[in-house]
Amino acid sequence: MAFESFADFLAMGKHGFFVWTAYGISAVLVIANMVLALRGQGKVRETLARQQRRAEVDE
Amino acid sequence: MVWQTIKRWYHMLGSPRYFHTFSSRVLPWLTPIALITLVTGLVWGLAFAPSDYQQGNSYRIIFIHVPASSGALMGYMALGVSGLVAVVWRMKMAEVMLKAIAPFGAALAAISLITGSLWGKPTWGTYWQWDARMTSMLILLFMYVGVIALQNVIREPRQAARAAGLLAIVGVINVVIVKYSVEWVQTLHQGSTLKLFGESTINPAMKYPLLISMLGMWLLYAVNVLIRARSEVEWRERRSKWVQTLIREGGK
Repeated sequence: MAFESFADFLAMGKHGFFVWTAYGISAVLVIANMVLALRGQGKVRETLARQQRRAEVDE
Repeated sequence: MVWQTIKRWYHMLGSPRYFHTFSSRVLPWLTPIALITLVTGLVWGLAFAPSDYQQGNSYRIIFIHVPASSGALMGYMALGVSGLVAVVWRMKMAEVMLKAIAPFGAALAAISLITGSLWGKPTWGTYWQWDARMTSMLILLFMYVGVIALQNVIREPRQAARAAGLLAIVGVINVVIVKYSVEWVQTLHQGSTLKLFGESTINPAMKYPLLISMLGMWLLYAVNVLIRARSEVEWRERRSKWVQTLIREGGK
């Protein structure tokens, strides 16, 4: 560990605000992007399954 | 020999169906490897790497800033290549990739700008400066957004791909400007201390966590692209028999 205590780790010298804001925003953007990609996948599957059921009812 | 292998790969991965099978085999192990690598690099960088003798701990922003920036730049190069293949050869998978690569790249470009500015304040005393590096990086974000927007406003997917492909190709020149802006003109931004060839000028205790974070971010980008490309392939090939079977079987 490069820090004496957990409080030290959070403080990051005097730069805790900058470091943690940078990491926080990055985490939000990366996670949101991954979730959107997965949701897109789910949406396509859902739409296609619905179309398939409808086609089968018509037959 | 090598040429034939490349040609075979081009044809195999150029087939949407082959790509779909291939990616479903790759994702289950690529996803955990990407996450573990990224988390290892970040934890190492944030908690275990030594502090910088001049910047103290604010420099730890590097472990997200550089992976995001390099990912955004490489992603754009891949976008340019996809654009070229889509425009010249009308290859279907290149059109799919054009759509799959852009969103995560845009997010990484935004992360690069935000983390850079948060690092700039304690280090340079300013959040932003209109110098060559920062301005060209902002343009990179706009290029990504432009490519995404073009694909969304043009209804017909093949036509959308041609327009977005052209824009992607034109934007490649900007990647070159971003890369060399710190060498050609005087900027506030420092030059690279990490070198592929020759000796890096960064402390090895900081270099290894940085390299690991970079690798993790690139792999996660690949995971994101594969997921997006798979949905796009399923949508475009929705009338084909294999997608119909896939959906009937619950999407496995």
